[in-house]
Amino acid sequence: MSWHVHLPALVIAVPLLGAFIAPVASMLGKVARNFWLVGVSALTALLSVLLWQQVLTSGTAIYVMGAEAFNLSLPSGMSLPIRIILEVDAFSAFMAVVGSIAAFAGALFSTNYMERFSGLDKFAALYFLLTTGMLGMVLTGDLFNFFVFLEIASVASFGLVAFWRDRPEAIEASFKYMVVSTIGAMMILIAIAFLYGRYNAVSMAAVANALRLGYAEKIALVFLIIALAMKCGTVPMHMWTPDAYTEAPAGVTCLLIAVSQASLYGLFRVCFSIYGASLGSAVVPWTIIILGVLSMFIGVSMAVVQKEIKRLMAYHSVSQIGYMLLGLGVGLLALSDPQAMADYGFTAMKGGIYHLINYTMYKGLLFLTAGALYYAAGSRNLNDLGGLARTMPYTTFMFVIAAAAIAGLPPFNGFVSKLLIYESTFAVYPILSIMALVTSVLTLASFVKVFQTAFLGPAKAKLAQVKEVPPGMLLGMSVLTIVIIGLTLFPTWSLSNLVEPAAKALVNQAGYISAVIGGGL
Amino acid sequence: MIGNLPYLVVGIIFLLGLYAVLFEKNLIKIAIGVSLIEASANLLLIVLGYRTGGSIPVFTLAGKVGKMVLPVPQALTLTAIVIGLATSALMLSLIMMLYKHYGTLDVREIRRLRG
Amino acid sequence: MYSLSVIVRTICDVFAWFLAVFGVYVIIHGHLTPGGGFQGGAVVATLFAFLLVAYGGKKFIPFYKSNLFSWFETVGLLLFIGTGLVGLGTTFFYNFLAGQGGLFGSTVPIGPNSGVLNSSGTIALMNMAVGVEVIGGLSLILYYMFKGIRLYEESGSEETGHDR
Repeated sequence: MSWHVHLPALVIAVPLLGAFIAPVASMLGKVARNFWLVGVSALTALLSVLLWQQVLTSGTAIYVMGAEAFNLSLPSGMSLPIRIILEVDAFSAFMAVVGSIAAFAGALFSTNYMERFSGLDKFAALYFLLTTGMLGMVLTGDLFNFFVFLEIASVASFGLVAFWRDRPEAIEASFKYMVVSTIGAMMILIAIAFLYGRYNAVSMAAVANALRLGYAEKIALVFLIIALAMKCGTVPMHMWTPDAYTEAPAGVTCLLIAVSQASLYGLFRVCFSIYGASLGSAVVPWTIIILGVLSMFIGVSMAVVQKEIKRLMAYHSVSQIGYMLLGLGVGLLALSDPQAMADYGFTAMKGGIYHLINYTMYKGLLFLTAGALYYAAGSRNLNDLGGLARTMPYTTFMFVIAAAAIAGLPPFNGFVSKLLIYESTFAVYPILSIMALVTSVLTLASFVKVFQTAFLGPAKAKLAQVKEVPPGMLLGMSVLTIVIIGLTLFPTWSLSNLVEPAAKALVNQAGYISAVIGGGL
Repeated sequence: MIGNLPYLVVGIIFLLGLYAVLFEKNLIKIAIGVSLIEASANLLLIVLGYRTGGSIPVFTLAGKVGKMVLPVPQALTLTAIVIGLATSALMLSLIMMLYKHYGTLDVREIRRLRG
Repeated sequence: MYSLSVIVRTICDVFAWFLAVFGVYVIIHGHLTPGGGFQGGAVVATLFAFLLVAYGGKKFIPFYKSNLFSWFETVGLLLFIGTGLVGLGTTFFYNFLAGQGGLFGSTVPIGPNSGVLNSSGTIALMNMAVGVEVIGGLSLILYYMFKGIRLYEESGSEETGHDR
C-alpha cells in the first residue's frame, strides 16, 4: 500500500530524473549513456503498467503534490482544491501505457540509429524531457499544469526536430513548427486565464463542478479546441505535420506521435470531463466530426502522391487523426442522450479509443522501418530504392505487418477499430461511413505502392552493399510488433480490459469531479 | 484602472502580434510578433488578479489589511514568462542557423519543403 | 567583437560585481521580497552580457569556461529534483523542513515585520537550486549564441551521417 500510492508522481519523476542525470551518465562513456537511455525508458514503461493495473482495481487515483497525505485535496474543509492534483482515471492510465511503450521503442531504436552523430548527451536529456512532458500531460488534473507540461514537451520537440543541424530543411521545419505551436500554446493560456477569471480555480474538477455556459466559457472552449486540434495535426492546421515528422530522426518521430496523442487526450478531457453535460447545442460535436472527415480525406489524398517515404507516412498520420476525431465526435454528439449513447455513441467511443492505441503502435513501427531504410540505404526517395526485401528480411516482415494494420486488413487490430467506427458512424449519417471507407482504400493503395517500390522488384546496383540493420534497431521495432500482434490475437481481451474502462471513465463526468471534491478530511 | 481598459489593451496587443506573424516578411519581425502575443497572454493573467483597493499579497499582513490582490495569477504569469523566454531564445538561435544555411532572412525564400 | 572605449570598461569594472551580489541577494531572499530563483539568475546572467559587450569577444571567450557553467546547470537541476524526492515518504515535493526549527525551519511571526530569512523550508532551497541553474543556463545561451556568429568565419565540423 505504501509505495503504490506514489505511482502517479513516480511516473513523472523518473523520466525527469533521467533527463537531469543524462549529461552526467554520458560523461562515463557511450555504453553508460545507452544503458541509461534504455533503462529509464523501460522503468517508466513498467511503472505506467503498474499504475494502469492499480487504477483498474481501485478506481480513479488522485495524488496531491506537497500535501500532508497523498489524497488530501480539500484540507480543513475548504471548498476549492488548493494544490496541484494529479488525477489518473482509466483513460489517463491507458494513455500513459501507450505513450511509455512508444517512448521505450524509440529509445531502443535510437541507441543504434544516432551513433553516427555528435551531441548525444543532449539528445538523451531532450528525449527524456519529451517523455516527461507527454506523461505529465496525460496524468495531471490541473489546467495550468497541463499547459506547463505541454510547453515542456513542445520546447523539447523543437530542439529534437532541429537535431540534424547541418540539414537546412530540418531547421526550416523546426522554425515553422515553433511559430505555429507557440501561438497555439498562447491561445491555450488565454483560455485558461478566462476560466480562472470566472471561477477562481485552475483545477479541472473544480472548474467542471462550477461551470455554467456563458460568453466567456464559449470563447475559452473555442480557443482550447482550435489550439489542441492544431497540436494533433488536424486539417486545416496540419501544415507543420509533414515537415516536422519528416525531418526529425526516426526514434524521435515515434515519440512525437505519442505527444500528439496526448494533445488529443487533452481535447477530449476538455470536451467530455470539463464541459461535459453543459455543452448545450450540437455545434461542437459536429465541428469535431467535420474536422475529422476533412483530415481523413485531405491527409490521404496528399499522401498518395508523395515520393519520399517519411513525408508519405506523415500525411497518413494526418488522416488517421481524422478517424479518432470522427469516432470521439460521434460519442460527444450522443453524450446528452442516453438512448443514442447506448445505440451508437459508446461503440463510436470504443472505436476511437481503440484506434488510439492501434495508431500509435503501427504508425510508430512504420516510422521506425522508414528510419531503418534510411540508415541502411542512405536515401528516403522512392525513386532510389528497390528490391530490398532480399537483404533486409526482418525489416520487410515488420513493415508488412504495420502496413496491413494501417490499411485495415482483417484480422489485424486496425480492422477491428475501423469496423467499430464504420458501424457507429453509419447510424448518424451514412456518408461519414462512406468517406471513412474510401480513405481506408486509398491508404491501402499508397502502402501497396511503397511496399512494391521499396521492397519488391529487381535489386538495384547502387544498393548492393545494403545489409540488415543493427540489433538495437531491430529490438526497438520488434517491441512495437509484439504489441501489434498481441492486440491482433486477443481483440476481446483488449476491448474489454483496455478500452472499455477508458471509454466509461471518459463519459463519467460526475465520477471525475467527485474523485477530487469528495476527497480530504 | 478604468473599467474594462486593461482587457481592451490585451486584445489590441494580441491583434498587433498576430498581424506581425501573419503579414511580415522578415524572420526577426515574426519572432517579435510571437513575443507580443506572449506578452498579451501574461498581461491578461496579471490583470485578472487585481482587486480594487487591495494591498500586496504578503502572508504576514493577513488580518491587518482589508483585502489583498490575488497571488496565484502572479505565480502563473512568472511560469509563462520563463516559458516565453526559452521559446524566444530557441527561435532566435534557429533564425541564426537559417541565415547561415539559406543566406537570407526573407521568409518567401525559405521554401524548400513543399507539397 | 572588439572592446569598447575606456569609459565603458571602467563602468563595467565598477558595476559588474555589484550585479553579481545583487543577483544573489534576489535569489536568497526569494521567499521574502519579490524575486526568487529565475529573476535573480537572470540578473547574474546579465553580468556576463555586460562583460561580453564591454570587453569584446576576443577576451570573453577564453575567460568564460563553459564546462563550469554546464556543471552549474546540472547541479542546480539535480538539487531541485533531489529536494523534491526526499519528501517522498509523505508526498512528492513535501515541505519537510518548514516549522521544524532546523535549517530554514523557523516559524514566521504574524503582523508586519522585516522578514525572517531562516524560514520556509524547502522553498528557499529550491529557490537557490533554480537560481544556480538559471545562472548556468542563461549564460551558456549567451556564450553559444555569440560563438555562433563566428560560424561564418571558421568552418565547423560537419556531420556525415545523413545526406547533405
